[in-house]
Amino acid sequence: MTGSEVRFACRGIVHGLSQGTVLRSSDGICFYLVEPESGVMTEKGHPIIGKSVAGTVLVFPTGKGSSVVQLDGLYQLVKHGVAPRAMVVESPDTVLVACAVIMEIPLVTAVDPTFYDRVPDGREVAVDADEGWLAIR
Amino acid sequence: MDLTTDDRRMLDGEHGEGTALAMRVLVGVGEAFDAPHLVDVSRTHVALSNQEADTWFAKRLADGGARARVAPTVNPGFSIDYFEAHTDLPKAARAHMQLTHETYKKLGARLTYNCTPYLELNIPRQGEILAFSESSATPFVNSVWGARTNRESSQSALCSAVTGRTPLYGLLLDENRHGETVVDVQADLKDEFDYHLLGYVVPGRIGAQAPVFTGIPRTVSPEGLMNLGAQLNTAGAVSMYHIVGVTPEAPTLEAALGGREPTARVTVVDEDLAAQREALSEPAGDIDFVMLGCPHLTVRQVSDIARALAGRALKAELWICTSFATRDLLERMGLLAMIEAAGGHVCPDTCIDQPCWHHLSGKRGMTDSPKCAYYASMRGMRFALGRLSECVDAAMEGRTK
Repeated sequence: MTGSEVRFACRGIVHGLSQGTVLRSSDGICFYLVEPESGVMTEKGHPIIGKSVAGTVLVFPTGKGSSVVQLDGLYQLVKHGVAPRAMVVESPDTVLVACAVIMEIPLVTAVDPTFYDRVPDGREVAVDADEGWLAIR
Repeated sequence: MDLTTDDRRMLDGEHGEGTALAMRVLVGVGEAFDAPHLVDVSRTHVALSNQEADTWFAKRLADGGARARVAPTVNPGFSIDYFEAHTDLPKAARAHMQLTHETYKKLGARLTYNCTPYLELNIPRQGEILAFSESSATPFVNSVWGARTNRESSQSALCSAVTGRTPLYGLLLDENRHGETVVDVQADLKDEFDYHLLGYVVPGRIGAQAPVFTGIPRTVSPEGLMNLGAQLNTAGAVSMYHIVGVTPEAPTLEAALGGREPTARVTVVDEDLAAQREALSEPAGDIDFVMLGCPHLTVRQVSDIARALAGRALKAELWICTSFATRDLLERMGLLAMIEAAGGHVCPDTCIDQPCWHHLSGKRGMTDSPKCAYYASMRGMRFALGRLSECVDAAMEGRTK
């Protein structure tokens, strides 16, 4: 542990190191309903509607939507440089995991539950999916 | 997760970067679900979508040297030949479909372009382990054939085709295959259209639970089962259902529930189906076209249409999607000529959700499939919903009743 960093254990599913600002969503994410050029969520009634996933560590419960739309959505975000930098997911589903591996976005699950109490939106968080930890910077 | 020496070689790139990427996807999925190891698959089906990212990923595998160990059958894109001959097909759409075709050919896929592989060309037997994507296929092979597949993404199924492996989790395991909620069907299921409606109604009533149906007759047709699964997995994410006395893992209600009490019991009556039809359907009036074949119609269904059209002319366009094999069979039987004489189209290799339908955008149509109405509405089409026979009548009248 370095300086004032606080670490939380997690399980790495899709490997890699990353860092970004936290954006939390209480609802599942379908990346097809995120605007490809800006990364802004457009799904009606979604808790993060109007917010951008670009450059975030996106914290959400699960993926939703068919494999066709989920991959195409995430692919367009990566293509336009507005994809999330990492994903912290409570219940990863087959489609979401496959998409994260293919698009090379680190994905972790089974995070120490205290993380959820201590990390508000906008905090800078580092993710190490290889070693299995998250850290608030 | 424990990997065999061969798994490890694939993951480490000894069989090329394409195969290594496929293995990374499967290991990632396996890790997410705590799978102890991978197992062999004997059949695969890939819900090829012909969308940009789908083709891009398939091409990454193919360009990385990957070739299918277990050749997959594939979903429809669209028939370039048919749509070039009969419509003003956009050049970009043609070029992309050609790229998709070349890519999957290179991967060694069986280019069936059909979404009902469980009725022809890729039929498993009970207990086989598969990797099947495609919303109508997953429930059919699990429920009706008693084979075992998870609700694969088109990419994870393609990775299994390349490696011949899938993680051991979910519906591959006995303990996850039981039903949870009892759905007692008291509605009169007159023909396969009612199974479309039943499948669309149920997920909204039971949430994310595996249904056990009672009250469905033993005489249910393959088309009824095809429609039931397609809609269950469109309106919800149902990869497996049971029908007591019909499907192989449901000899009795107790067996279907795995000896447990159901989490809930719901009843579906005629009024539920009628209300669902009403909710999904445009009001009666003039129509420009009829679109059928989501999922692809069977030879029995298209034969019925041909006989109804004999000697008649169409007022609205009629578009029927089916497999190349069914179309060939209809041609031999003289039934294709009857449909074409009336002015109807029977397109092989084609899905209702493809960029070949721009000539129908903004128009009003009729279909028998809620799934068709749902997807094609995103391409600017509006639909009335009805039985196959009512759709054919509407095509001849140019209006719905």
